[in-house]
Parts: sequence; C-alpha cells; structure tokens
Amino acid sequence: MTTASVSLPGWISYGVIPLLNLLLALFFSGLVVWWIGEDPFEALKFLVQGALGRGDAIGFTLFYATSFIFTGLSVAVAFHAGLFNIGSEGQAYVGGLGAALVALALDRYVPWYVTMPFAILGAAAFGAAWAFIPAWLQAKRGSHIVITTIMFNFIGAALMVYLLVHVLIVPGKMAPETRTFLPGGQLPKLDWLMALFGLKLGPAPFNVSFLIALVMCFLVWLLIWRTKLGYEMRTLGISPSAAVYAGIPYVRTVIIAMLISGGLAGMMSLNAVMGASARLQVEFVAGAGFVGIAVSLMGRSHPVGIVLAAILFGVLYQGGADLSFEMPNITRDMIVVIQGLVILFAGALEYMLRPALVRLYQPFGRT
Amino acid sequence: MMRKGEPLSLDTASLPAIELVGIDKRFGAVHANKNINLTVAKGSIHGIIGENGAGKSTLMSILYGFYQADQGEIRISGTPVAIRDSQAAITAGIGMVHQHFMLVENFTVLENVMLGAEGGQLLAKGVTGVRRELKRLEQDYGLEVDPDAVIEELPVGNQQRVEILKALYRGAEILILDEPTGVLTPAEADHLFRILQVLRDQGKTIILITHKLREIMAITDTVSVMRRGEMVATRKTAETTVEELAELMVGRRVLLRVEKSEANPGAVLLSVRNLTVKDSRGVTMVDDVSFDVRAGEIVGIAGVAGNGQSELLEAIAGIRKPTSGEIFIEGKPVQGADPSRLRALGLAHIPEDRHHMGLVLKFEEYENSILGYHRDQRYGRGGMLDLEAVRKEAEEKIAKYDIRPPNPRLRTANFSGGNQQKIVVAREIERDPKMLIIGQPTRGVDIGAIEFIHRRIIDTRDAGKAVLLVSVELDEIRSLSDRILVMFAGRVVGEKTAEADEQALGLMMAGIAA
Repeated sequence: MTTASVSLPGWISYGVIPLLNLLLALFFSGLVVWWIGEDPFEALKFLVQGALGRGDAIGFTLFYATSFIFTGLSVAVAFHAGLFNIGSEGQAYVGGLGAALVALALDRYVPWYVTMPFAILGAAAFGAAWAFIPAWLQAKRGSHIVITTIMFNFIGAALMVYLLVHVLIVPGKMAPETRTFLPGGQLPKLDWLMALFGLKLGPAPFNVSFLIALVMCFLVWLLIWRTKLGYEMRTLGISPSAAVYAGIPYVRTVIIAMLISGGLAGMMSLNAVMGASARLQVEFVAGAGFVGIAVSLMGRSHPVGIVLAAILFGVLYQGGADLSFEMPNITRDMIVVIQGLVILFAGALEYMLRPALVRLYQPFGRT
Repeated sequence: MMRKGEPLSLDTASLPAIELVGIDKRFGAVHANKNINLTVAKGSIHGIIGENGAGKSTLMSILYGFYQADQGEIRISGTPVAIRDSQAAITAGIGMVHQHFMLVENFTVLENVMLGAEGGQLLAKGVTGVRRELKRLEQDYGLEVDPDAVIEELPVGNQQRVEILKALYRGAEILILDEPTGVLTPAEADHLFRILQVLRDQGKTIILITHKLREIMAITDTVSVMRRGEMVATRKTAETTVEELAELMVGRRVLLRVEKSEANPGAVLLSVRNLTVKDSRGVTMVDDVSFDVRAGEIVGIAGVAGNGQSELLEAIAGIRKPTSGEIFIEGKPVQGADPSRLRALGLAHIPEDRHHMGLVLKFEEYENSILGYHRDQRYGRGGMLDLEAVRKEAEEKIAKYDIRPPNPRLRTANFSGGNQQKIVVAREIERDPKMLIIGQPTRGVDIGAIEFIHRRIIDTRDAGKAVLLVSVELDEIRSLSDRILVMFAGRVVGEKTAEADEQALGLMMAGIAA
C-alpha cells in the first residue's frame, strides 16, 4: 500500500487540496509580479476587482466561465471513459458552424427561443461530428486519441478559415465572418438575472447559454452517475480489462463518449457565436477548448467542480485583462503566465501535496 | 542452527546475518507489522510462512527498503543499518528475487545482470567484467545460464536464475526469495532448491517466503510463522510438522480437505471441441483441447501456471477469441460470442484476476456487485441505473456471504483480498447460472474465506450446475474436483480422478508422463 491508495475524506480531496493548490499558484504569481517591480497585493486587488468588482465585470467573468463550463464538461465526459480529448478546441470551432448555419437559416422567420433548440442541436451535431473521426480511429484502428484530436484542431481551424473566407463571407466585405444574425438568431443577455442581485450587466455579453451550460452540468451528472451508459464509461475509463470481462463493447462506448464530448464542446459556440458576437468569426474559440482541460482537471471531472473551476478561470481571464490595463508593466503575456501557474498547480500538480496531507491526516483518521 | 563446517571466521560467524528488532508498520488503519522480532543465522535457509495479508511481504519490503518501518531496528551482521531504498539494501548485501521477475524481456542475460551496474558511460568494460563474474558464479554455485541468451526466450526457471545472478553479482550475502516456486514446474522447483542449498553451503543466508508448507519442510533450516502482522512462532524445521505450522498460520485447527458427497453428473452443459487459442504474437497457448462438463460435476484443470489454462478460461468466457475449434453451451455453438451474450446463456465467470477483471477497485462495493449484469432491467428500467435497487441487492449479498465490513458504499480497494473475492463469488453464484467457470478461486484469500468459497463451489455443483475449475494449487484441484484434466504446454495431457496420486499428477504437469 502506498499513500496513493489511502483514501482521504471528501472535504480534503475536493476542498483543502484545490484551495492549497490555488494559494500556491497565487503565491508564485505574486513572486513573478514582485519580480517585475509591481506590488503583488495591489495586483491581486486589481485582478479581483476587475473580475468581480462591478456588474459588467461579473458579467464578463460569467461569460467566459460559460464557455469554460461547456469545454470542461466536454473534457470530463471523455475522461470518464478513459479518453483524453485534447480536441475540444476544434470541436467547439466546428460546432460554431452548426450554430451559425441554424441562426442564418432561421433568424428571419422565428424568435430566438424557437431558434435556440435547433441551434443547440446544430452546434452539438457539428461538434460531435468533428469528434467522430478521431473516436472511430481510436476505437477501430487504435490511433491514439490525443494525437488525432490535436491534429483535428488544426484541420478544423483550416476548414473554418476556408469556409469563412470563401463561402460564408458577406460578398463585398473584407472581414472573414458571416453576416450579423438578426435578433431571432441571437441568445438574449441575462440582464434580468443580474438585476435580481441589484447589478447592472452593462455591455457584458453574459447570456442565456449560461443557463444551457447549467442544464448540461445536470445532464452530465445524470449520465455519468445515474445511467447504465455512464456506468459502462466509468468501468472502461478505470479498468479496460474489467470492461472486457463485463462484456462492455469497447468500440461503441468509446465512440458514444466522444460524440457526447464533442457535442458539449460544440455547444460552447452558442455562447460565443450566438450570445456575444452574433456572427461566426475566425478563431472565436480563443483557447477555451484548452482551458477546458485545466477546468476539468481542477474540477475533478465533476460538474460541480467544473462550474467552480470555470468561474475561477473566468475571473483570471476577465480580471487579468483589467489588471494589464491598470498595471501596464503586467502585459497580457504576464497574465498568461499567471494562468499557466494556476493550471500547473491546480491541474498538473494535483497530487503534489497529497502524500504530505495523507501523512498529516493519518494520525487522526484512524478508526 | 549453525551448520557444521561453517567456513566463516568465528567472530563474524557468531553474529546473526539479520536481526529485526521491534519492527512496526502501519498503513492507515491497517497494522501490517506488529513489533516483529526475527533473527536469521548466517549460512542458513530461513522460511517465513503465513497467509496472504499476514504481513510477510511488508516485512520483506521493509528489509529491502521499499517501505520504512515506523519503529524498530534492522541489524546486518550485528550493525544497525538504515535501509532507505533498494540501493541501500544492495549496499548492505541484501538481494531480492521478486515473485514477478524484474527483468528486461528483450535484453540478454548479460545486459540484465549489468543493468544498474554498468560501471561507466561506455559499456565495453562492464561487459567483460560481468562476463568474467558470471563465469565465476557459474563455477561456484552451479548457476549455469547462457549469458547471451535473450530473456524472453528462456524458460521461466532460467529467468529466475538470472534474478539470482543479478543479486549475487551485486554482492548479495543475503537473498530474499518471494514465493519463488509459484511459476515453476515441480522439476524446476527441485532445481531451484538444489541451487539454494549450494548457496547456503557457500555461506549465503537465504530467506524464503512462501505459503506452501511442503517447501518449508523440504528445504529450510528454521521457519517463522506470521499471522495478522505478528510473528507468532519460530521453529527448527526438523522439530516441527506440517500440521503444527498450518495451525500456527491460521490460529486454529484446519480442515485440510473439503467434505463433499458423490457427484451426480447429468447432461452435458458445456463442451469444448478442438479449441486452439493463439496469443497476439501468434504463439499457440491452447492446443487442440476438447472436453465436456456435465451438470452436477466439478471438472478441475490442473497445471503449472502459464500452460494455457488462463487462455482456455478466457476463450470460454468470451474474453479471448479462439483461433479455431468450437465451444457449445447446451449444444449451441457459442465460440466468438461476447461475454454479455454468454452471461445471458447462463455462463457465470469468476476470473483469475479479480483486481483487473473481476472488480473495478475504485468503484464502491455495490457498483461492483452488478458488473457484467448491469444492463439487467432489475437494476433500472431502460438506460437508467436504479441505485436503490442495486444497493439493496448488494446488502443482501453482503449479509449472505458475510462480506466485511458490511458497507456497500465502501471503495472495493479497501476490502481485504478474501472479501473482494467474496464480492465476485457472490455476484456470479447468486445469479443462479447454469455453468460456472472459475479461475484461481482462492488466490490471495485467507484460509477462513477459502473454506467458505470452497463450500459455495460445492453447493453450486450440488444444485446441478456444471463447474469448471482452474487452479495452480494442486491441493485445491484435488479436494474440489470430481474429474481432473492436466494441462501442459497448451494441451490436455491426461485425465485423472480426484483420488489420483499426487506424484502421478505432478509428473503429468511437468509433461513427463501422460
């Protein structure tokens, strides 16, 4: 028996460890800030105020968080089946095509709430389709899903640029983007939700897709822990040999898990394309797919953890933007460094503190 | 304990090779070693015997530096030493031969011996040194192995010799062997014992960990018995008996044979015809095997590990695709069917390896109680999983099989080996299958649970089921089976009744007589 097999109570695994990791990340970020000659505490203040200080700041934070929830769920679902889907970025990008096509087709004829269900299906279908080929290659040919999904990010990006430059572009315009959707193809903002808390949303693009994301959190929880398919995915993810023993079909389970994962990634485009810019633009995903990996890792692939981690990264995105504005010494690149430190400590070094905590906890944990 | 003709000088010879004083080790709530004291004389073979989970492996891991003791002291030739890692153990002259060999399969013997002791950036010097040293070891101890043979092409017995050579090359004066005969044929085991005797006579100290009483009696000078983390007794081998050791191991009188009535075989339920299975490298593992299993009988398959029993079992269970041949369940051809279809036809399977197949160790107990049967509508309609129903049934099985602790929400990894096996046995038998195929039913299971599981297997037979049993424990095969098939090199080389004499079975298992 090593310390890895000693179980810690939930409040340590899911509470204390992530919190300590976050504090460590902040400490080292503080060192970096101090090293370039700024006051770390001042910087932290700007960061928090920039992310949570005003109604519109919170709106932006939650807007980013919404994208991260979708991509975080996407990574988590695949991860439960033992698949490391690095392709949420590309699946979200191609999913945007699905959402945009629905919006372009319907926005003239029906109100947004009629467009929305079709847009969800369109975004999910296109995202899932983009995940299907790597899934099939993994299931049937044994091509490693990490490699193929990375490749498909590039292929997806090239495909989208081609479509936007040559096919979907508005004739006579220079910008590689579709026409602006009419209100029937837009997802309305959630100013009423903010007003409930006495906050003004202002220009922030916080929109209905946040609620869709929360519904998806519930559905993912239901899928993973309350359905037979979820049971099979978890069995396969933890012990492929036990899955073979139990007669769980590998090919089918891998493909279904990746379709769901790709579909969730695709839905991220609802937020960016239909909620914020009201048109399909190049590179609208802007790294949200990769942040999803960190969000899923930090959130322990559980929807509740994912929501919390997504909000944390939303804070870093929005607060970071504000910080680099307030402290010109801290450039956008510095913000990326700080985000990287959070990913490093919260995600990649997840188990660094565990053995020490096991040793600390053990004398008290005996029954 | 001191042997005649001891070649060592008096002052060191009078000191024991190893002294463990008050060794104590806990893993969380598990008290693996309780205040262990052990003295092993130089130039002797000392056996350590005990059930699985008695703490033998933990104790040896402490001696070899895998774990650190919470308390206590290790003395080598009278000098206290701190063994922080295996490197320190090697420096202290301790060598370990693991149950599962630590060899690079596609390296040669010489390369394996040299590994970790290359003696510089360039290999040439190391190679000549190792070659010379191997020659000397061969002469001194009769350990002949071709230094240029590739490991994966050597028989298992020779691979084990390489492990011993590795330890000796690093200057080991004390050799620890962990269950060394598990993978050997009886003839290979005899050869190993002769080597160990030579090593002892040359002054090496040997610690032999095993759960086989016969080996202890055959080769050791002294023996210590462990039970539940404690060292309960140390005896001179010449002054003890198998019965006494068994009683010390378990803490009570042991029923060495299972009570059962005459078999009452009925219709053939499971037939295998000319079954051949090749592994992924194209090596034939099961070679043209045919047999029948009838309702109400237990057919045992005896054989040394690695002679195709595992592959045969997996082919019947639908886990491995047979290369050719046929399998019938009640006359219906089923070869190539997947495990879920076979379950639907009434075939239950207790796999050899509960850690990797029979259970998902990270799951809670109740989740494992439906593995393989989870698509059944009784565990939830449609695609949903009815956790209430699953937990309720899990609780019933826990009560019926006395699984401890009786908590369906506990992680499966936190159950003991015996209780984990009971989870699997309960799941497979309680589905009331027509056929039950079992691999190593009591591997790593404590004796109390062994009796219980054996009883269940016989009850299953008496309920009119067909039972196919694979085990490398000959005693288990003999006490449970109504008929015994012996496998050697992938073939069934003979059939015997349960009364067959052990010598004859042993020879067949070694492929010597049919």
